[in-house]
Amino acid sequence: MSEKPTMIQALNRALRDAMAADGSVVVFGEDVGPLGGVFRVTDGLSAEFGEKRCFDTPLAESGIVGMAVGMAMNGMRPVVEMQFDAFAFPAFEQIVSHVAKFANRTRGRVRLPMVIRVPYGGGIGGVEHHCDSSEAYYAHTPGLLVVTPATNADAYGLLRAAIEHPDPVVFLEPKRQYFTREELDAQAVPPIGRAAVRRPGRDATLIAYGPSVPVALAAAEHAAAEGRDLGVVDLRSIVPFDDETVTAEVRRTGRAVVVAEAPGFASVASEIAARVAERCFHHLEAPVRRVTGFDVPYPPPRLEQHHLPGVDRILDAVDDLQWEDA
Amino acid sequence: MIRLIDETGAVVGDRGTLPAQEVLLDGYRALVLARRLNEQAGALVRQGRLAVYPSSHGQEACQVAAAGVLAETDWLFPTYRDVAAIAARGVDPVDVLVMLRGDWHCGYDPIATRVAPQATPLATQLPHAVGVGHAARLKGEDTVVMALCGDGATSEGDFHEALNFAAVFAAPVVFLVQNNKYAISVPLSRQSAAESLAAKGVGYGVPGVRVDGNDLAALTVVLTEAVARARRGDGPTLVEADTYRIQAHTNADDPSRYRADDEVEQWRPRDPLLRLRAHLTATGVLTPEREAEFAGAAEEMAAHVRAGMDGESALDPAELFAHVYSAPTPQLREQAALLAAELSGVRS
Repeated sequence: MSEKPTMIQALNRALRDAMAADGSVVVFGEDVGPLGGVFRVTDGLSAEFGEKRCFDTPLAESGIVGMAVGMAMNGMRPVVEMQFDAFAFPAFEQIVSHVAKFANRTRGRVRLPMVIRVPYGGGIGGVEHHCDSSEAYYAHTPGLLVVTPATNADAYGLLRAAIEHPDPVVFLEPKRQYFTREELDAQAVPPIGRAAVRRPGRDATLIAYGPSVPVALAAAEHAAAEGRDLGVVDLRSIVPFDDETVTAEVRRTGRAVVVAEAPGFASVASEIAARVAERCFHHLEAPVRRVTGFDVPYPPPRLEQHHLPGVDRILDAVDDLQWEDA
Repeated sequence: MIRLIDETGAVVGDRGTLPAQEVLLDGYRALVLARRLNEQAGALVRQGRLAVYPSSHGQEACQVAAAGVLAETDWLFPTYRDVAAIAARGVDPVDVLVMLRGDWHCGYDPIATRVAPQATPLATQLPHAVGVGHAARLKGEDTVVMALCGDGATSEGDFHEALNFAAVFAAPVVFLVQNNKYAISVPLSRQSAAESLAAKGVGYGVPGVRVDGNDLAALTVVLTEAVARARRGDGPTLVEADTYRIQAHTNADDPSRYRADDEVEQWRPRDPLLRLRAHLTATGVLTPEREAEFAGAAEEMAAHVRAGMDGESALDPAELFAHVYSAPTPQLREQAALLAAELSGVRS
């Protein structure tokens, strides 16, 4: 029996299947051609589909995203790779001023079916500028869809869905899970905008996305051993946000902890906490807690374990959910 | 610098390269309309019927030539100062002025007209132009893209990246820099220490050409060559048009704070209309009857623009939510319902 695929292989398969299914899908960026990308997500694509379909560009992210805008205007479905989270920042103006706004400014006459893939987040011992969690910048920008898988099945399915979607998608890949091996059903293409309940729970709900989902699941395992039944919701899509699923879960348990590794101030975690408070107030037994990274620039590798929300910090937050009143 | 007709209307250099007189006469007609459009839009601002207008007065030869050298299937990528170029391409000026009137961000259909929305950030439209051109080549189409920008935009990173990408991919793009000497108040000397803006092409392996930007004949020849080169698959060209912004940056600007009237006066005799009129009058092609006919067409266009700006345009607040995504998110549906309730008086 062959080995289970990694998340990188799931993403690679999604790109390959999308390119085979639709001749207008083109993949480009830095080192994505013969090298196959620094993480090998585009491995073999230029050989299989030719250099017109998968090609290297000059080293300039604004140019890459800007060219993708033009290609999408002219009938293509570009999928571009930003090599690392912080290396996408030169493209920020293109993303927020053009990718996000083009459909709206043209009254829907020009839609940009394009995907910007961004390996993001820490926990890999990376040097500075290689570990940022940049989701809040994109989620704050109307016009972008912001999707992040937490499982290999979703890495495949959500990337297929993102490529097929008529709107631009920022596809955030949790690079610390790149080498996780899981079974892959390469058929399932989930809709963008629906969260998944990864673990039902009775006592409290952990809300997480991307790289924080496995951490939340581990925390729930520990809690179960201690007699507390925690549920875990994996958002999968930050924009659109699945209020329906999140609200239903929290109303059921009456307690919620949001887990994310980005700095907590003015963050996606903050938005989730506010939404839950607004929608679930009368069902809540305790204030919604956020367990996030500190409000510091991403730490050097030997200190990152103190920054990243871990099982203990999540369980401490769960302990603080005013159980004595229950 | 390439110039074919001087300020007196006399032919300089090789007469054989001059466009045919009928072509120049058509061009002159387009210049008259472009000038009239600039004047009409300025008047609409003063009347409060247009929020703002960045005039291309003095740069009309660039505007007319950029549109005139393109085939119907080609693309134009304009900036905020290129209203006259878009109109010269055949787009209804009333639709073009939708943005400056404040009704919506773009009033024409970019796909149908093959004119990108007017870019107000500087140089960001240039990588898009490269993308449209590169996609056309991948699809086997012979589309050419005319990308416009000003001297200030050549300082932006996207100018550099677009030229570099276009060169590396041999994209069918013509970059036309209208060097009008000012980026709002900042003079060319503060934008660049290069010997010319065309010289910047060397760094990218892109041929750079300097042309008299107030000479429609020279612009037509240079841009026609650049378009043909792009269409052949030989890659991009950088064209620097030497021109001058006669009027303020916009109606909100006060140019007396940064430039002397003397300087403006020196440029007035170099006006693109004056020199082509002198040339075509001397050759006998432009008769008083023709002149009157063109003036009549310009007045007709101006009346159409005034009529189009009359009264209140019908705006639907619900449209705020209509185009953000191909289908509104649940959150946008909630917000649209909130606004609708406010407007219906259910909530106040």
